[in-house]
Amino acid sequence: MRVNNVVCMFCGALCDDLELVVEGDRITEVRKGCAIGKKKFLHYQEPVLSPMVDGKVVDLEEAIQVAVDILSSSRYPLIYGLSSTTCEGQVAAVRLAKAIGANIDSTSSVCHGPSTIAKQIVGVSTATLGEVKNRADLVIFWGCNPAASHPRHFNRYSVLPKGQFIPGGREGRRVVVVDVRPTPTARIADTFLQVTPGGDYEALSTLRALLKKIPPDREEVAGIPLARWEELAEACKAARYGILFFGMGLTMSRGRYMNVVAALSLVRDLNAFTRFGAIAMRGHGNVTGSEQALAWTTGYPFAVNFSRGTPRYSPGEFTAVDLLARGEVDAVLVIASDPAAHFPAAAVRHLEQVPVIALDPHPTVTTSVAKVVIPCAVSGISAAGTAYRMDGVPLRAKKVISVAYPSDAEILASISEGVKQ
Amino acid sequence: MIKIINGEVYDPLNKIAGEIREIWVEGGKIINPPTKPRTPVEVIDAAGMLVMPGGVDIHSHIAGSKVNAGRVMRPEVHGWGEGRSLYTAEETGHLYARMGYTTVMEAAVAPLKARHTHEELNHIPVLDKGCYTLMGNNHLVLDCVRRKDLNTLKNVVAWLLSASRGMALKVVNAGGVENWKRGGNVRSLDDSVVEWGVTPREIITMLVEANEALGLPHSVHLHCHNLGLPGNYRSTLETLQALEGRRVHLTHLQFYSYGGKGQADFCSRAQEVAEEVNAQPLVTVDVGQVIFGDVTTMTADAPAQYGLYRITGNRWISTDVNMESGAGIVPLAFRPRSPVNSIQWAVGLELFLLIEDPWRVFLTTDHPNAGPFTMYPQVIKLLMDRDYREEMMGSLHPKTFKRTTLAEIRREYTLSEIAVITRAGPARALGLKDKGHLGVGADADIAIYRKGNDWEEVFSRAAYVLKAGELVIKDGEMVRGTWGKTFRVDTPRDPRVEKVVKDKYQRWGTVSFDNYGVEDAYLPREEVIRCR
Ligand SMILES: [Zn+2]
Repeated sequence: MRVNNVVCMFCGALCDDLELVVEGDRITEVRKGCAIGKKKFLHYQEPVLSPMVDGKVVDLEEAIQVAVDILSSSRYPLIYGLSSTTCEGQVAAVRLAKAIGANIDSTSSVCHGPSTIAKQIVGVSTATLGEVKNRADLVIFWGCNPAASHPRHFNRYSVLPKGQFIPGGREGRRVVVVDVRPTPTARIADTFLQVTPGGDYEALSTLRALLKKIPPDREEVAGIPLARWEELAEACKAARYGILFFGMGLTMSRGRYMNVVAALSLVRDLNAFTRFGAIAMRGHGNVTGSEQALAWTTGYPFAVNFSRGTPRYSPGEFTAVDLLARGEVDAVLVIASDPAAHFPAAAVRHLEQVPVIALDPHPTVTTSVAKVVIPCAVSGISAAGTAYRMDGVPLRAKKVISVAYPSDAEILASISEGVKQ
Repeated sequence: MIKIINGEVYDPLNKIAGEIREIWVEGGKIINPPTKPRTPVEVIDAAGMLVMPGGVDIHSHIAGSKVNAGRVMRPEVHGWGEGRSLYTAEETGHLYARMGYTTVMEAAVAPLKARHTHEELNHIPVLDKGCYTLMGNNHLVLDCVRRKDLNTLKNVVAWLLSASRGMALKVVNAGGVENWKRGGNVRSLDDSVVEWGVTPREIITMLVEANEALGLPHSVHLHCHNLGLPGNYRSTLETLQALEGRRVHLTHLQFYSYGGKGQADFCSRAQEVAEEVNAQPLVTVDVGQVIFGDVTTMTADAPAQYGLYRITGNRWISTDVNMESGAGIVPLAFRPRSPVNSIQWAVGLELFLLIEDPWRVFLTTDHPNAGPFTMYPQVIKLLMDRDYREEMMGSLHPKTFKRTTLAEIRREYTLSEIAVITRAGPARALGLKDKGHLGVGADADIAIYRKGNDWEEVFSRAAYVLKAGELVIKDGEMVRGTWGKTFRVDTPRDPRVEKVVKDKYQRWGTVSFDNYGVEDAYLPREEVIRCR
């Protein structure tokens, strides 16, 4: 059987034109997807974990019951992850967090959380990827590497497509890449500016200063001659529609949200000359959705705490890394992510000391340290639901095959039922 | 089965004004008093209380991408209570319900993001909902207008409503948002939309024609150009004249009834605008009353929002949505000591008081633009209680009274008139036949308020609210969480339109055509209003 227009939930570009060949309950062929997407659909299509408690295989009900017991007796639990599940799963996680008075946080706090904080300070001028395709004659990639992380981004949205008002496609656009190293993305650039590590804030602020006709009195900024920044500032002003894509090169380097404040302020200021927008190059398939779902259910985008019943928001206080590194939480429920592999050592040390419940279709470092492992269907393959593209466009991810395990939304609902009893 | 006894009933559609009547409810509907009740009867004694149909809000921003972007940007104003203006989906349902409101329309949805709106609407408890589909800057629409092809336009409108699962056709700054994508806007009905060679006048009149030809239950819901600008009453009058008496709804008219050329001579022209509305019997309006305090302005009128950002220097979100729309969000405060803000406040009240037919003017604050919907009871008090109004006027900037006629207006709204502008009128304008009244067959959405001397207090916390026949609010507190339905319209269309649309989306869109329209899964509880 052929299934067309399948949404690929593996990165924030959310390509939705994949064609799958399905035989029975197996996907046997994937067309149109990128290499990463194809691999995920072919080799990670079904959950390979078994329900486990303390390393022993148990049945699903028992694993859920142990999870219920842990969360019911926890005084200060953390629910973390969310970015690879559907909004239905995310909403179910919020309901559970509310029921047990938990902290709830998404992988945003270790990727684009600083971008969200910057939005709270500046706002953001932005656009859908379709506007980029149809109008952008200047595309800047700053501290991001879509050639590796979002392989079809250039093709579908940002560089190559012929747009409504960009009839020449690639020729109609100037592509600028700013990064601390020559990435694969830099190879496709018309202009590559290799800034010194930690130089982003200075560089962005210099561009803002140049717009305001206050040139800094030095020859070089962030390792680049001032004249080249002047040229870029002029190019930005002269563009008809400019777009700045930015990534973890800004959000996770020194300065973090202040780097993004500088970037968003620059983009805002450019609107005095022309139209300009910024788009965060969100990584995981539905990390954008986690911000959306948390906002409409709790009012806040991430780092939410329910211990007083009503939601409170405080990045740095209720963010997962901080809660763990300070040793504050006494139980952790991880949904479709791998903090044990990616968190700083101090946070991982605490993670290894408290009971961890891991909901995941596949083995990860986190499932290997978890007390309870609950396998779930794979969002976008064996579980349907909503996912938000990096530009906020929502799509419905399909359920293409059936598997033995429920979706994470269903498992979380069962846990919520359990803790209420 | 429920019986409500001893209450003073206000049901203007059925011409009941304060008589003591019994109301019987079964199966979610209002029924005739049974001769022999089959099931046990629950009795609500409404002695000393007012009984009205559940409130109907014709224009609010409660769900979808820009509401949510506002929440993300402004954690500082989230929650219940003083000075708070952004609520979660759950709070939205509770806060409306406790005021006796049971039906609310989300006023602006870009079709590409409609799935988001419906996802949020589904998380709002109690209320029945619907949403309006933005079309005034949609490329499919502009293309039909350019070719003066009314027939295709009708089909495109029908298709867009279906794809977005919309309730009505919304126009926001026709052509202006498209121009904004090149840094421009439109300032008059005859300005040109770049690359399209069409004018706002053509877009608006053709969409109104298409809307009426399709027989849609609600008229075109029109957000005019020149939002919030001094002197914009002229473009408002021009727009009404251009429509030559055809049916249209002008939204948040308060923002369009200004005279003067700038801040220094900013003044009210509500009188002229009200006169024009009075003279055109098919025109309905909602007011968008200003409430003093913090607000979060959010609208698809992205160029207007850029202007507001430039004036205030506040945070600014702008989102261009390809082929369809845009959006802007700017936090703002309305201050009683500001002459401009005081005049804006007065303009809203003037419109309420000078438009003669309450069936054509509806209570809104364009939540959360001019104020949070939680302040409706205060507006009701301002309309019903002249002493209170004058007291409040005393705290305003003295210029207000030289530049508005508010001080000269003596009218006070009656309870029946309040029931019209908050429920019966909007329900009728939306074509919701089972809403806004208490006749047999109506949805059993009923608000019961304890009488008192302070109308704001009366309408802030309903004593009882029934939604679809179930008691959801008692003494202002939620006693039962229920889930309402989503209204949408469905109108027959030529299947060949799909090809026209598909071709354009495949070339200029970025999602697969088959993934564009909102799936049935997002409307688990829908009521389809079929036209013709
Ligand atoms: Zn509005």
